[in-house]
Amino acid sequence: MSAAAEVLERPAKLEKKPNLLMRTLRQKQAKIGLALTLLVLAIALFGPLALPWLTGSTSTEFTGRPFTSTGLFGTDNLGRDVFSRFLDGGLKLLVYSALATGIGMLLGVVLGMVAAYSGRRLDGLLMRGNDVLLALPQLVFAMLAITVLGPQGWVLVLVIGVTHAPRVARVTRSAAAAVITEDYIRASEMYAVPRWKILLTEVLPNITGPLMVELGLRMTYSIGFVAALSFLGMGMQPPNADWGLMINENRIALVVQPWGVILPVLAIAVLTVGTNLLTDSLARASANINVGN
Amino acid sequence: MISRMILRRLVVSLGILLVVSLLVFFATLLLPGDPAQAILGQQATEDRLAALREQMNLNDPWWQRYLAWLGGIFTGNLGISAATGGSVAALLSERISASLVLLAVAGVIAIPVGIIVGTYSALRRDRGFDRAATGVSLVLASLPEFVIGVVLIALLSTTVFKLLPSVTMAPPGEAVWNYPLQLVLPTLTLVLVVIPYIIRMMRATMLEVLDSGYVEMARLKGVPERQVITRHAIPHALGPVAQVVAIQLAWMAGGVVVIEFLFRYPGIGQALVDAVTNRDVQVVQAISIIIAAAYVVVNLLADVVGMVTNPKLRTESAA
Repeated sequence: MSAAAEVLERPAKLEKKPNLLMRTLRQKQAKIGLALTLLVLAIALFGPLALPWLTGSTSTEFTGRPFTSTGLFGTDNLGRDVFSRFLDGGLKLLVYSALATGIGMLLGVVLGMVAAYSGRRLDGLLMRGNDVLLALPQLVFAMLAITVLGPQGWVLVLVIGVTHAPRVARVTRSAAAAVITEDYIRASEMYAVPRWKILLTEVLPNITGPLMVELGLRMTYSIGFVAALSFLGMGMQPPNADWGLMINENRIALVVQPWGVILPVLAIAVLTVGTNLLTDSLARASANINVGN
Repeated sequence: MISRMILRRLVVSLGILLVVSLLVFFATLLLPGDPAQAILGQQATEDRLAALREQMNLNDPWWQRYLAWLGGIFTGNLGISAATGGSVAALLSERISASLVLLAVAGVIAIPVGIIVGTYSALRRDRGFDRAATGVSLVLASLPEFVIGVVLIALLSTTVFKLLPSVTMAPPGEAVWNYPLQLVLPTLTLVLVVIPYIIRMMRATMLEVLDSGYVEMARLKGVPERQVITRHAIPHALGPVAQVVAIQLAWMAGGVVVIEFLFRYPGIGQALVDAVTNRDVQVVQAISIIIAAAYVVVNLLADVVGMVTNPKLRTESAA
């Protein structure tokens, strides 16, 4: 290869190098995960749009007697079309999970970075506060909040987000603590860059790897929690169509009419497996980056 | 040195529990409405309401009520259930033992199996068994617990094979462990929920330990491979794994709520779901604080295991 060609090639290579997402998607496991996630995402997003004309009924309309096999996947416990309810049941679950994850990440990242970069006293205080929040399992905490405030959407989102925060903060703090001793941080400090700016422009971009992994993990858990709470009857309330709620409504007829349970269980399972495969690949890719460079 | 560290850890744990109890108590103070009214219903006369308020000390200032409640936890007096009118302690005592049985059986199965599978996986790194174990545990770890439970019910109890009962139906007053067949599915679900984390942690730690200098040294001086693993490698891997096992056990206490509800298992999880549905505040408070206490105790034990198995701390104490 000639020297000129080498020179020409170099800038292109440099541009490509540390892209975390590309490194992730190069793995087969990540491709499977992405495909599974997108499949369920498509059902949840476009299902409600397709409703009256694709199945001939809305998700709350009564189409026949309970637990019969009329229609593509039969009817549910009140005689509503299972397929219509299935198509309509994923959107809220996804929106709630995404919002809860967003709140948790935002709070957790801010708390974690502040704890890592501030003095020992504030750090200790924040982490002790974390220990308290960590002592109640997230689901139990959510149930406590629901007892007090009632089973409303914003309660679900808020309580799952808030209980994510200490867990995210722990990861952020330990990732940021490793970055903060670097020379470029000290250099910025010498130039009297404001602390919030150092955190935002120097620390945050250098901990995106672990944070992306944490984001994936929290999303998987959020989906599980929202679905579980709906399954327990404390999340989405009837007559709303929701996958968790559907499982609860139809599980008594698992022998006669299994579709009312199988469809939502499959959707939740495929979704969480998909997001977790993606997360795992992200973790591998970000670990490789840290080792390689 | 070690005993002082353990003592300090104990004090921290007690402090955490105290703050959690404040949190749980004040969360429920926010609740609108009158607990006495909730217990007696809309038709209660003013006299009876006043009498019950007096009996429940609702007229006292909040800090007296908090202290009374906190004292009640230690003496086993947890208040009165709004839904049944009976004492919370009586309602919960049987259910606590039922839940403990479930957790203990699941733990006794999941911990050794997880450790063995994880170790074997690490020894056969990147071979067939390792790939299968890693893949299966990745999938299991992503599934919410009720999804695993529903799939097991569909497979083993209803739609595909009809081998096992899908609900627990011990007559009231009889212990759940008199019906071992009914315990199988809830236990299996719990085991499958917990085990992937133990396998993954054990595998990762073992890989690290097997690459370490002292394992190489042991091999070089001619210690048989079996002994290298059982005497040199596994003991060093157990410390970090104890932490994960503890977090998992504590987490089981949360996940067990959903599993008990799914199988109608008469434990505290089912009681918590009922209490939340009925807005039975006293019961929710009591169960929350019990679960938090369990979590703190388990974590404390794990830290103690970590401290005792950590050879660095051992030498410091000798010095």
